[in-house]
Amino acid sequence: MAAPLALVLVVAVTVRAALFRSSLAEFISERVEVVSPLSSWKREWLKAFHCWTWEYLHILEQYFMKVSFCHPGWSAMAQSRLTATSTSQVQATPLPQPPEQLGPQTPLIIYLFHFLIDYAELVFMITDALTAIALYFAIQDFNKVVFKKQKLLLELDQYAPDVAELIRTPMEMRYIPLKVALFYLLNPYTILSCVAKSTCAINNTLIAFFILTTIKGSAFLSAIFLALATYQSLYPLTLFVPGLLYLLQRQYIPVKMKSKAFWIFSWEYAMMYVGSLVVIVCLSFFLLSSWDFIPAVYGFILSVPDLTPNIGLFWYFFAEMFEHFSLFFVCVFQINVFFYTIPLAIKLKEHPIFFMFIQIAIIAIFKSYPTVGDVALYMAFFPVWNHLYRFLRNIFVLTCIIIVCSLLFPVLWHLWIYAGSANSNFFYAITLTFNVGQILLISDYFYAFLRREYYLTHGLYLTAKDGTEAMLVLK
Amino acid sequence: MGLLSDPVRRRALARLVLRLNAPLWALPVAWLERTMRSVGLEVYTQSFSRKLPFPDETHERYMVSGTNVYGILRAPRAASTESLVLTVPCGSDSTNSQAVGLLLALAAHFRGQIYWAKDIIFLVTEHDLLGTEAWLEAYHDVNVTGMQSSPLQGRAGAIQAAVALELSSDVVTSLDVAVEGLNGQLPNLDLLNLFQTFCQKGGLLCTLQGKLQPQDWTSLDGPLQGLQTLLLMVLRQASGRPHGSHGLFLRYRVEALTLRGINSFRQYKYDLVAVGKALEGMFRKLNHLLERLHQSFFLYLLPALSRFVSIGLYMPAAGFLLLVLGLKALELWMQLHEAEVGLEEPGGAPGPSVPLPPSQGVGLASLVAPLLISQAMGLALYVLPVLGQHVATQHFPVAEAEAVVLTLLAIYAAGLALPHNTHRVVSTQAPDRGWMALKLVALIYLALQLGCIALTNFSLGFLLATTMVPAAALAKPHGPRTLYAALLVLTSPAATLLGSLFLWRELQEAPLSLAEGWQLFLAALAQGVLEHHTYGALLFPLLSLGLYPCWLLFWNVLFWK
Repeated sequence: MAAPLALVLVVAVTVRAALFRSSLAEFISERVEVVSPLSSWKREWLKAFHCWTWEYLHILEQYFMKVSFCHPGWSAMAQSRLTATSTSQVQATPLPQPPEQLGPQTPLIIYLFHFLIDYAELVFMITDALTAIALYFAIQDFNKVVFKKQKLLLELDQYAPDVAELIRTPMEMRYIPLKVALFYLLNPYTILSCVAKSTCAINNTLIAFFILTTIKGSAFLSAIFLALATYQSLYPLTLFVPGLLYLLQRQYIPVKMKSKAFWIFSWEYAMMYVGSLVVIVCLSFFLLSSWDFIPAVYGFILSVPDLTPNIGLFWYFFAEMFEHFSLFFVCVFQINVFFYTIPLAIKLKEHPIFFMFIQIAIIAIFKSYPTVGDVALYMAFFPVWNHLYRFLRNIFVLTCIIIVCSLLFPVLWHLWIYAGSANSNFFYAITLTFNVGQILLISDYFYAFLRREYYLTHGLYLTAKDGTEAMLVLK
Repeated sequence: MGLLSDPVRRRALARLVLRLNAPLWALPVAWLERTMRSVGLEVYTQSFSRKLPFPDETHERYMVSGTNVYGILRAPRAASTESLVLTVPCGSDSTNSQAVGLLLALAAHFRGQIYWAKDIIFLVTEHDLLGTEAWLEAYHDVNVTGMQSSPLQGRAGAIQAAVALELSSDVVTSLDVAVEGLNGQLPNLDLLNLFQTFCQKGGLLCTLQGKLQPQDWTSLDGPLQGLQTLLLMVLRQASGRPHGSHGLFLRYRVEALTLRGINSFRQYKYDLVAVGKALEGMFRKLNHLLERLHQSFFLYLLPALSRFVSIGLYMPAAGFLLLVLGLKALELWMQLHEAEVGLEEPGGAPGPSVPLPPSQGVGLASLVAPLLISQAMGLALYVLPVLGQHVATQHFPVAEAEAVVLTLLAIYAAGLALPHNTHRVVSTQAPDRGWMALKLVALIYLALQLGCIALTNFSLGFLLATTMVPAAALAKPHGPRTLYAALLVLTSPAATLLGSLFLWRELQEAPLSLAEGWQLFLAALAQGVLEHHTYGALLFPLLSLGLYPCWLLFWNVLFWK
């Protein structure tokens, strides 16, 4: 099985290398769909250079020497924008404002790129490859676990008698890990965000390693990777619950409020997580000897000060919002990411990996600066849920919606910014459709999963009381 | 005669002339500079040069170099933050020298007025559109087409509006206005209304697409003439060419139109004073503008100067056409789905160890080959003609331009002959699955492309939709195959182009004979490729990289085995 994986890796790296060398790379790295203020490579340099009064610049002086050498700062950026779009168009272009606070990249990432700045292309290709490999092995293990569990339940006669066609076979499960790697590496979204050098790829790698270590059952490593992912982009915080649930399941500890083992293990895992988070944050503090990065990075994520258009739901809403109400609605919007965790945890406590998939999708949809790279991560999991295919109701329409929207983003952006014949509403309408499409797709998967579970225990051919064929209704 | 009767020699000579590029008429730069300066403008020149990808036989140019001259009239009442442009593109002969005269006269007149609040740039460009492109790129400090030009010494703020003037004689019977720009972009409708108002005020006769304005909309003639004008506009917009040098300004978000003086056999003629008055009126109105023209008047079609069809009326037409594709795709999806369920049911009975029905896997795998092959054909169509022109000229007795066009046609035709599917054995239970899946993908692909095109250039999207949609919806490997094949060939992108040329000339009341039509078709192909490389027109890449491969997929569906 290693040979096909290697082949996929080679193809993926070739495609990326070709794109890095082509003239498209520049164009892609400017697309708002692919890079957000939080993940933009350019912005990272720019902000870092611009805030040169901050202390940590003295520490990382060498890095900034390099930056100032190849990127002479804000004015040059503004000028390049000007040249790219022409003087008259600049009036309509939402120029990113010079930053008021510290750059929104975490100190460790900046420190990392201090060493790797010359090999950026290589680094981003490697992170993508690592993500795919991690996902590959994670899903391989997960499938074994699923199969064992199914066998056990079959032997225990837990399933209804007529569900033979729902039972999964090793044949159909064999190529799933490969398909996952394929879906991640050759997904146009991943390729675009890699070519744009969006740091979203690094977050994806951390999450992938978190999944791998969780599935392998290593609580300590899992907590560390989760802490790193949280440190990077805050939202993976919500993955704590599915991670914990999976580890509990693996150790055969029942999730019961009265069980002592449950509380002990949860406490251990939480402590490992918080501990590693504290260590990482303190490391950043010692690097900078200032706490400024906390409001700068996490404040930037939570309070959404940068309203450059992206594929998310925040920018238009808060551009239109009166300043007075802004705080309230920021809270309402941000709660969306965290809010679904509890009901999902209750409903899906037996299926933590599916829970994790749903949670990653929710993060990708509701986070404050989403990019297509985030979307690509949960899309990589689709092959894992192949067996739900027969229960999906709108897959065709929803796939079409997502493809159409992905194509319309650049078209409407062109009409808005360059041709001037459309306005921001057009672009926002597409963002809305894209997100509604994603939400419907995820709920379709959720419903399909629940339906399959129900059929497994209650039999496939349900009859209502009056003898007619029954329909399942989600309530 | 003897020397030139041999086609090879004739071409060799033509090539020599093109290479030498001896201009028969060059722009009198020094004189223009002197005259503009004496009028009181700030005068600058800009030299540029551009080597075309292959010789342009219609304009007889290959290695172009020229000089643009422009003078800036500084507004006495404002800082130089905004400006207006009056431009006169000069070609390779002196046909537009009357316009230069009018430009100078207007400059002298404007100089004496005190009410200007925007700078006015008087621009004379050499090699018509190439010069305009060079100047615009230098003005906005970008380089999008590989033009080599000297940087501009003087600027005058953001350009708000531009008027291009083309006059071929010193009296005119009517003024024709052209609005269609590069890639089908249109200027704000208000600019056109402005022009029409001043023409009415000055009693000037104005035409659109060379057609007089119908007076009587109640009888049948008026609407019919309107329809003709509308169709002409659709064809011109669909071509994506800049029809006049205003078309290049639109890319930089400058509202612009071209005025052409027509001198026909009509009895009543106007002198240039009348034209000048209309222009002065327009410039004074534009001078008063406090902000950009409103954003909602960019999407329109014109049956007459005083009437327009708004997007709300014409977009549903394209929408319904695309709906056909969507519904057809949905139908195919349902059929595929049913076939799958039908397959599963007999298979599900024997026991739990029945493997997943292989049909799904085969369906997807068999799609990869045709998709890749047709996309590769499109790429070849896009890249090879220009890349391989030198090889072609070495081995065949053709000139470069001909080589490009013939290679285009050859690759296009070769695409039809290629075996696209790898004849993978499709499960006997459902022999239809392969082509149905392929057609499903092709339908979605076509609908996506047409939708995106219709949003940016409605006319092109609509034209392609009306021709391609019926054939695409009908294509299937059963039934009267020859009929379907004929229909598909007739609606292929190249055939559409040929048909549009005939329709265009028919509407202009100058019908083409078949031979002329073929010549015009070849010239149009060469122009399409050239315009992509020189101005960045998108029609050629759209057709070669997008629609042609998609059309090949339908061809493949038709001959599915």
